[in-house]
Amino acid sequence: MSTKPMRIRASVKDGVTEVKALIAHEMETGQRKDANGAVIPAWFITELTATHNGKPVLVSEFGTAVSKNPYLAFRFKGGAAGDKIAISWKDNKGESRTDEAAIA
Amino acid sequence: MNNQRRNVLKTGTGAAVLGALAAAGMIPNVALAAWNKAAFEAKSMADTLKALGAVQPADSSDVQVTGPDIAENGAVVPVGVDSKIAGTTMVAILIDKNPNALAASFMLPAGTEANVQTRVKMGQTSNVYALVKAGDKFYMATKEIKVTLGGCGG
Repeated sequence: MSTKPMRIRASVKDGVTEVKALIAHEMETGQRKDANGAVIPAWFITELTATHNGKPVLVSEFGTAVSKNPYLAFRFKGGAAGDKIAISWKDNKGESRTDEAAIA
Repeated sequence: MNNQRRNVLKTGTGAAVLGALAAAGMIPNVALAAWNKAAFEAKSMADTLKALGAVQPADSSDVQVTGPDIAENGAVVPVGVDSKIAGTTMVAILIDKNPNALAASFMLPAGTEANVQTRVKMGQTSNVYALVKAGDKFYMATKEIKVTLGGCGG
């Protein structure tokens, strides 16, 4: 299944870069049941890494309790306008996706 | 027998290379193995803390859980963690009453501020804990978030 692009916004102010990301993912917990009572298998992002010009600035692990279409906001020191922010995730089905944005 | 591979795996640099590759998403299997399964599948707070290696975290007023007092929709609860403890390297969000307590954990490389916001699902009204690691020590803070509508099925 193909995945949708995530939305990444990054801005730098006083030497601190704030990154906000909205990731398109079902984040199915594996606890819900469909109309026939069958359990919908878990499908969620397990790992997510954000890099600034190739250097990791946030390495996270998700469980099923992260909401559908996860939102993430964090800040790191450094960064300049035009620098590249890349976020990549991997889910429990082995799918992955990477998207990039430039710091505004 | 592929000896070279074994040698690479044996040496420390090999591990570093693997780590770099895993971070770049080149070796999905290795990376998946790195996911802390025990911690995420632990049911209770105590088991989760044990799986994370956090023994008796100290309550700290320098750590803060941000979030609403009442969440109308348990499927989308904005939760953030803010730590003022210098040298915070890890931040985790735990939800006491969820089927699996651990919601997410974040490793913070040097330079990244210990201030992370995300959105989580909550099955019911529960205490939300922020677990923070600085140096070798663990610190914790808590906040109760009331949920009017559960976010886990139904």
